Amino acid sequence: MPLVRHRTASRLAAGLALSPALLVLVVVYLGCTAWTVWISLTSSRMLPNSTFVGLRQYASLMGNERWQVSVANLAVFGSLFLIASLALGFLLAVAIDQRVRAENTLRSIFLYPYSMSFIVTGLVWQWLLNPSFGIEKMVRDLGFPSFHFDWIVRQDMVIYTLVFAAVWHAAGLVMAIMLAGLRGIDEDIWKAARIDGLPPWRVYLSIVIPMLGASFATAAVLLATSVVRLYDLSVAMTNGGPGVASEVPAKFVMDHLFERGNLGLATAAATSMLITVAAVVAPWLVWQNRRARRAQV
Amino acid sequence: MKLKPCLTALALACAAGASFQAANAQEMKAEVIHWWTSGGESAAVKVFAEQFAKAGGTWVDTAIAGGVNARTAAINRVVGGTPPTAMQFNTGKQFDELVENDLLRDVDQIATEQKWKSFMPQAIIDATSRNGKMYAVPVNIHGQNWLWLSKAALEKAGASEPANWDEALVALEKLKAAGLIPLAFSGQKVWERGLFNAVLVGKGGTALWASIHGKRDPAAARSPEFRAVAETYGKLRGYIDPGAPGRNWNDATNLVIQGKAGMQIMGDWAKGEFAAAGQTAGKEFGCAILSNEGGYVMGGDVFAFPKLKDPAQQKAQLVLAKVMLEPETQIRFAQKKGSIPVRLDLDVSSLDACAQKAVKLLADKKHQVAAQEMLSPPALTGAMEDVISQYWNTPAMTADAFMAKVADVLKQPF
Repeated sequence: MPLVRHRTASRLAAGLALSPALLVLVVVYLGCTAWTVWISLTSSRMLPNSTFVGLRQYASLMGNERWQVSVANLAVFGSLFLIASLALGFLLAVAIDQRVRAENTLRSIFLYPYSMSFIVTGLVWQWLLNPSFGIEKMVRDLGFPSFHFDWIVRQDMVIYTLVFAAVWHAAGLVMAIMLAGLRGIDEDIWKAARIDGLPPWRVYLSIVIPMLGASFATAAVLLATSVVRLYDLSVAMTNGGPGVASEVPAKFVMDHLFERGNLGLATAAATSMLITVAAVVAPWLVWQNRRARRAQV
Repeated sequence: MKLKPCLTALALACAAGASFQAANAQEMKAEVIHWWTSGGESAAVKVFAEQFAKAGGTWVDTAIAGGVNARTAAINRVVGGTPPTAMQFNTGKQFDELVENDLLRDVDQIATEQKWKSFMPQAIIDATSRNGKMYAVPVNIHGQNWLWLSKAALEKAGASEPANWDEALVALEKLKAAGLIPLAFSGQKVWERGLFNAVLVGKGGTALWASIHGKRDPAAARSPEFRAVAETYGKLRGYIDPGAPGRNWNDATNLVIQGKAGMQIMGDWAKGEFAAAGQTAGKEFGCAILSNEGGYVMGGDVFAFPKLKDPAQQKAQLVLAKVMLEPETQIRFAQKKGSIPVRLDLDVSSLDACAQKAVKLLADKKHQVAAQEMLSPPALTGAMEDVISQYWNTPAMTADAFMAKVADVLKQPF
């Protein structure tokens, strides 16, 4: 009996301790989400109003070319950025794991870009890539007058420059996560592989990478969140230009929310982003949940 | 996503900050939210503060960098119930919904008393009036469609100063042949729109301007006059340098100042850059309005007054309105800001040559053209901007395709 009472009391205490967080979650997060969805169904402009217009905002959103470009850009950016950062980060980690000299220095150098904000990253790369005083000018001045590297001012290539900058920014973080994973791998596995006469690349590919599953998942989730909220890099590096070629959904939302005083369209765009993310995350959560339950049994 | 919390949090934070400000009501205090933070701008706003102090008031300066940020903060405070005494807007549609929701005080009484309508351009009065009442105090006029040119560069290329767009194309061709950057350009959406608007009013004329931006007539976007505008605008792409995309406007102005580029289309705020480089209008650089009709696109700034209960604050609003439009304030402000006075009845001999040119032009009503921001709401202006930017950056896009897109935007309900 005393045990039961003790348990209820501690549950009550836990509940009390968690209630502020729960309140914040419900009011700020869910409340604002609900408000956003509601506003997206109204004709709101600069100030919110409650004239219900059904899905009109969504119709004009889907017909909006800038939105279409933004979504396509996010898909291109997201996939390239994820693959390139994971691959580069892993290779860096493998290279450092070879017990190189000056390991600490190298690690700091590779991790350094991550300590900078996207705004600074964007500015630096904007200057580097600017054809009139960046890399193109430098190489030309070195005696290669026909050298071309003007991707940042070309509509068809500009999105890849955003990928460059973002990979430069994030690869170090992936490296750090992977390195931790590599160091966690039992030396005995390496010894066993050596006895079996496996070449190192084969060990990495068939044994180490599958063992690093958790590290890859951690890194991928961290990177994925920065894909969805990609905004500052686009603003600092190209401001969405040339034209609308490097626009991204979050920037679409921000521009329409504030500068353009179009709450209805902005919230429709935000809601669409939410639905897309939910459509990706929900099945994954369900799957994780099932796996966890199966593991318990 | 989670953008709403920003608005709420801002409103709350401001509410907390402003609650103790109202305590000292006897004193005539005016808290003014504005975005004039650069060197010349803050010198200009200081003129207002000094003149207000002379009239017995205390100016509480709330400068917030960036127009969008300042307006958002001000609107949040008004909606949150703790409005400032006065808030800045660009002359035009930005405060429409505040008027519709009965949050602004009209200034019609003092406007009539002080006979504002006798010395302000009609377009400016229209842009600040809703339902026949004035809701804001215009303080200046910014010309948006100026051509700035480097005399040295033109001389080097053997080109003469153009007076309209056809002559400008000739001069640009000569500059190109001389190996200079013909058109100094800052490839950001807002300036792509600015350049387009300069062509629209200069090449297309003020009537076309009124049917596109004013009446929003889709048929006007399919007219031969509009096609000529679209084609001229398209040709200009051939006269910019590869570094133009993403460049800031003042960096483009500096290309003209250094004589590396021949000309630039930019508002009269560019004068500040020339002045900072020690150059004088008419000597090292020239200014012109490219138009056979002389259409001068007028933008500008206004101050609007939220509805307040405190009588001392209400009085402060009236005094502010009066002080801002006094002749001395107007001239001193224009000197610092690079704009021209919103009063056209003043002696402007103390202003620079370009400002004098502008005042002379505006004396004729035919030349007074209301800026796009005065005629169309921000949502429509933004949608147009996207279309213009797309056309500018896609040389493969035909004038026809562009015209169809403009017509589509004008058809949408804004």
